[in-house]
Amino acid sequence: MNLRRDVFQAIADPTRRAILLLVATQSMTAGSIASNFDTARPTVSKHLQILTECELLEQKQNGREIYYYINAKKMKDVADFIEPFRQMWDDRFNKLETIMKNYQSKK
Amino acid sequence: MEQKTKIDAQNGKQELTITREFDLPLELLFKAYIEPEIVEQWMGTKVLKMENKKHGSYHFQTSDPKGNIVFHANGVIHEFIPNQKITRTFEMDNAPFDAQLEFLQFEEINGDTSKLTIHIIYKSAAIRDQVLQLPFAQGINMAHNKLQNIVSKLK
Repeated sequence: MNLRRDVFQAIADPTRRAILLLVATQSMTAGSIASNFDTARPTVSKHLQILTECELLEQKQNGREIYYYINAKKMKDVADFIEPFRQMWDDRFNKLETIMKNYQSKK
Repeated sequence: MEQKTKIDAQNGKQELTITREFDLPLELLFKAYIEPEIVEQWMGTKVLKMENKKHGSYHFQTSDPKGNIVFHANGVIHEFIPNQKITRTFEMDNAPFDAQLEFLQFEEINGDTSKLTIHIIYKSAAIRDQVLQLPFAQGINMAHNKLQNIVSKLK
């Protein structure tokens, strides 16, 4: 199974992105997460399961309740994946800007 | 500091958008895209051909310091409106990716600043992700080569 691909599929879904945003600020139980959505509870559970399977969310038992919290490291991996591509273009465009500024002052 | 170059690549889509604002008047930004000698400087590639007109074509080639050709790319210009728009294809030779379609939009913000929006459409979402990963993979390779150099010196 290609885990990386799964992560991107996981965050492709708007509800799952909303869940990640919600849990980003504080750990929450499945019930309190579900109460933020109009979607049926089992649907939210399914989303939580997918997010947990691809390690974007982690579970923590607290008494009788299971809390979900965000796996910051995994989230960073996802963001970093595009970063070198962005950096490459940023470098090129910075160069373009410098060259054209000199070009302008030479005229 | 705010990032000047932004990438909008939504997951599962076969397209992406690159946006960048420049501290340059619109005409200078556009010039940087059409003058072969200037393109060569900022793209870091040789420009073998560049016909800035509808149905014109272009050809880039990059060699390593030993003279080996490491990058070959070409494409056809579909639409060319000075200081406004370039629509073109882009294809890397000897790469497992099909041609991509690029819409370059040049806009004036005010007399001294301008904005470039590049909308790129790939053959599939999977190919887009592969192209997106290229610099990521190259970064890993470069780090790996550096490491090898260091290790071989230790021996």
